[in-house]
Amino acid sequence: MPESILSVENLTKCFPTKQGLVRAIDGISFVMAPGDTLGLVGESGSGKTTTAQCIVGMYPPTSGDILFKGETIGAAFNRRPKHVKGDLRIVFQDPGSSLNPKRTIKQILSVPLAVHRVGTSRDRLARMKALLEMVELPADEYLYKYPQAIGGGEKQMVALARALATNPSLVLLDEPTSALDVSVQAKIINLLIRLRRELNLTYLFITHDLSLMRNVASRVAIMYLGKLCEIAPTVEFFEHPVHPYTKMLLSSIPVVSDEEEALKPHKAISKGEIPSPVNIPPGCSFHSRCSERGDSCAELDPEMREIAPGHVVRCNHWCGPEGE
Amino acid sequence: MWQEKRADLAASFALRRRGLAKGWYKFSRNPLSVVGLVVLVVIVLATGLASYITPYPAHAGPYTNFKAAGQPPSWEHLFGTDRIGRDVFTRVIFGYRFSLLLGIVVLGLGVAPGVILGLIAGYHRGTWVETTIMRVTDVFLAVPPLVLALAITAMLTPSLLNEMFAIALLWWPWYCRLVFAVSSSMRNQFFIREAEFSGASEAHILFREMLPNCLAPILTKMTLDMGIVILLGASLSFVGLGAQPPTPCLGTMVADGAKRLPGEWWSTIFPALAIVLVILAFNLVGDGLRDVFAVEEV
Repeated sequence: MPESILSVENLTKCFPTKQGLVRAIDGISFVMAPGDTLGLVGESGSGKTTTAQCIVGMYPPTSGDILFKGETIGAAFNRRPKHVKGDLRIVFQDPGSSLNPKRTIKQILSVPLAVHRVGTSRDRLARMKALLEMVELPADEYLYKYPQAIGGGEKQMVALARALATNPSLVLLDEPTSALDVSVQAKIINLLIRLRRELNLTYLFITHDLSLMRNVASRVAIMYLGKLCEIAPTVEFFEHPVHPYTKMLLSSIPVVSDEEEALKPHKAISKGEIPSPVNIPPGCSFHSRCSERGDSCAELDPEMREIAPGHVVRCNHWCGPEGE
Repeated sequence: MWQEKRADLAASFALRRRGLAKGWYKFSRNPLSVVGLVVLVVIVLATGLASYITPYPAHAGPYTNFKAAGQPPSWEHLFGTDRIGRDVFTRVIFGYRFSLLLGIVVLGLGVAPGVILGLIAGYHRGTWVETTIMRVTDVFLAVPPLVLALAITAMLTPSLLNEMFAIALLWWPWYCRLVFAVSSSMRNQFFIREAEFSGASEAHILFREMLPNCLAPILTKMTLDMGIVILLGASLSFVGLGAQPPTPCLGTMVADGAKRLPGEWWSTIFPALAIVLVILAFNLVGDGLRDVFAVEEV
């Protein structure tokens, strides 16, 4: 039994465009253990969705390797063995376009069941009802509805039920709540947490909502311009952030009151916009916005360094626990 | 166990019935579409029962009665008789049979390959598959339809079957292009992606995921096209490249009678009006279908 469920090694994905080569993902590596919930956080354009799309096989990676349960699955989805497709599922950001408007929820749910031959065709109906009840939807009613007849949150629950239909062990959640109302978001998050416990799921949770990760993730990874800046267990991540970019993100979480503002461990003023991925700054890609930049940062691209168990940072200026 | 199955069937049936009721409500809001539908139903019933409701069914075949030739409309011959004494009303009803048959066979032969090729091209958008299919389609679309149909039917022996074949050959590119436009815009929607990632076959994606989303424009276009196909068929028959005498065919009848205008006007005008009527009915129904689907898209 392999220890990691998903292991991404030096993954790179480039897209040729008219403006030049876009390095959407630039050599990222991380490992997920079973039961882990890794929150992959980054600004728009940082490559987090591309990462999910590479893992699910929408594009073949330019270089690097993706190991799922110790097995290389790097190629595009049509080259993958079928059992991997059932074991590794994805929930997309926009539930409106991830459900076919011309098919009933029953038809939608039946596809993964039929493709992966889950149960006999006879007890599939019962299985579909069980799936809908699992995501807290009234099964008898919703089975015979079209997606346009239900709300955005409910669509996302159906998408989740479809992802769970094949008993996956890893679910990629590509910003599952960012297209939804705030009131519905909480419901989906609670549902995700409950299902993770009940079904022993592993989540790769892609989001730009850092504060959400405090409650959901067991580890948080920060992505910037196609590279990982920092990976840390959640508690450590929020209490002892090391990378200047992490500090900047944490201090820019919007809060309601001054008391909450005072609770933030660091104050770093965010400046500038994320540079274009076509034209990545040399050296450390963050140096143009960094508040702690040194002389070497414009030339020297830092390595990933493990500074504490499970806490990995990519910064030139971290030099020991008292270094700051 | 089978109680559940029955509940499932009942619920699916109720869903379908609700969908149909909603569609009919939208369709019936336009009274003209309903009129078109009624006319169509009457025409279809009349052609189906032609042997029983027409006064002289024998006149549809090889029959001559020169004593009764060229009679104007009367109670005995509602639309008069033609130059060899056949009842024009009887022949118009039987002529409808061939016109409808032509429309159905042509669309049946033309739409299926057009739709399948369009789906394949749309799914493989941006690859050599799409380029090949769509450029071949462009070549077919570049040739004026009537000229190509004339060329093909003239090459083969003129008959109803060859006429159908020729028109079908002209028709598929339009559907290919229509379906390509719809399916390629749908290609990167997440429900297609999800089907791919879950391991569904290409056949499933093409016919179960993409086709239902293309059905509305296809059905609307088919209804509107029925009229155009019937007209094109009549045009080919008019110049003698369609069904051969004594087969009652509306285009041939117009051509026959046209030689005797303006004296025996009835043997031309009534078949011509019959063509107009059926085309008008199909267009009205097509407009109604467009309403049904258009509102749904919003």
